[in-house]
Amino acid sequence: MIIEFIKKEFKQEWRNRYALNGLVLYLASTIFICYLSFNVRNEELSPITWNALFWIIILFASINAVAKSFIGEKPERQLYYYSIISPQALITARVVYNSLLLVFLALTGVFFYSLILGNPIDDIGLFLINIILAAVGFSSTLTLVSAIASKAGGSQTLMAILSFPIILPMLLMVIKVSKNAIDGLERSVSLDEVLTLLAINVIVGTVSFLLFPYLWRT
Amino acid sequence: MRKHWWKILTTILLIYTFVGGLLFDVPRLNILNETIRALHFHVPMWFGMIVLLAISVVYSVNYLKDNKAKFDTVAIEFANVGVIFGIFGILTGMFWAQYAWGEWWSGDPKQNASAIGLLIYFAYFVLRGSIENEEQRARISAIYNIFAFSALIPLLFILPRLTDSLHPGNGGNPGFNAYDLDSGLRLVFYPAVLAWILLGVWIATIRVRIRKLELETL
Repeated sequence: MIIEFIKKEFKQEWRNRYALNGLVLYLASTIFICYLSFNVRNEELSPITWNALFWIIILFASINAVAKSFIGEKPERQLYYYSIISPQALITARVVYNSLLLVFLALTGVFFYSLILGNPIDDIGLFLINIILAAVGFSSTLTLVSAIASKAGGSQTLMAILSFPIILPMLLMVIKVSKNAIDGLERSVSLDEVLTLLAINVIVGTVSFLLFPYLWRT
Repeated sequence: MRKHWWKILTTILLIYTFVGGLLFDVPRLNILNETIRALHFHVPMWFGMIVLLAISVVYSVNYLKDNKAKFDTVAIEFANVGVIFGIFGILTGMFWAQYAWGEWWSGDPKQNASAIGLLIYFAYFVLRGSIENEEQRARISAIYNIFAFSALIPLLFILPRLTDSLHPGNGGNPGFNAYDLDSGLRLVFYPAVLAWILLGVWIATIRVRIRKLELETL
């Protein structure tokens, strides 16, 4: 059932390609704006700025990407889902789907970003692991928050203010691991942060899995 | 009388905290000197905040189980008072830091974490304000409250321990941790913690009763 639903989400996304294209364009233009505002030529950005800027761009793109998973969905369609699928299956499917979407967005982001702002990453493997962990964490937080925001009138502003403080600890960990990957430090140095990130992901994931059914009933 | 004994206890303990905290002899530690007395007024704010917010979450869980409006009132009022304690925690901390660290705000991990923690609860209040329907508001904000609290725990307990803090007891600073907490300080500190927590509970219960009266007169 969950897999069927994920397949359905993919098909739906593919049929409404303008939404996906919009996200990619959003990402690309934000990166280009940063490039022009900093007025840099290749490799002139310090690694700290490069790193922070990258993750802020990804954070905003993720909020935009996940926001549409509940906000703006027609009530009739939600009622239909309500009648055919259990809330647990729905939230799991959406979280998995959004994680995949965010991994895709982040990889596209890395590609554009390093193309025009330079690529200081030393440990690509750790960087990719970090991206996957970040995508899963962001997706499980943002999916539930988007459901909450959609029940509360569905404004994007509400979505942003509700998710920022919750996502911040996660973002700080991600930025730290990512900085370690850029500097090419020993992997054992990042182990603590990676484990914390994993623990936060597990907590947030479990809590949204447990809470979503109560939200869905309204 | 039997119902009010804990209020009398609170008053006595608070008087004891102020007299003992300000007048008793304290150990002379480097840098800290007399500012060590902040221990009885700053640290218990955080204990109070955590306890009050935890009670708020317990009532949010109860609300999701039973849907009784009175649980929602208790949850919001305990969150209100908890946030007030948090604000006082930050203010007393800044006041102390200005003497001990020479700056009101030095970006210490614990300072940052507490600021983010408050942001989470401000978002909770904004969410409550944005929903008109009372039943919807109670349910959705209960969900956010539980979600936010579980995101707060890693923030307060794990993150500051991963990085060195300027706080006494961390990173080699002299402090009041398990090894060098003077038994004289303990004599005031533990009653102080209890006193401040009880005061918070007292204020919250009064506010709950005011709300109830307001509802009855409507």
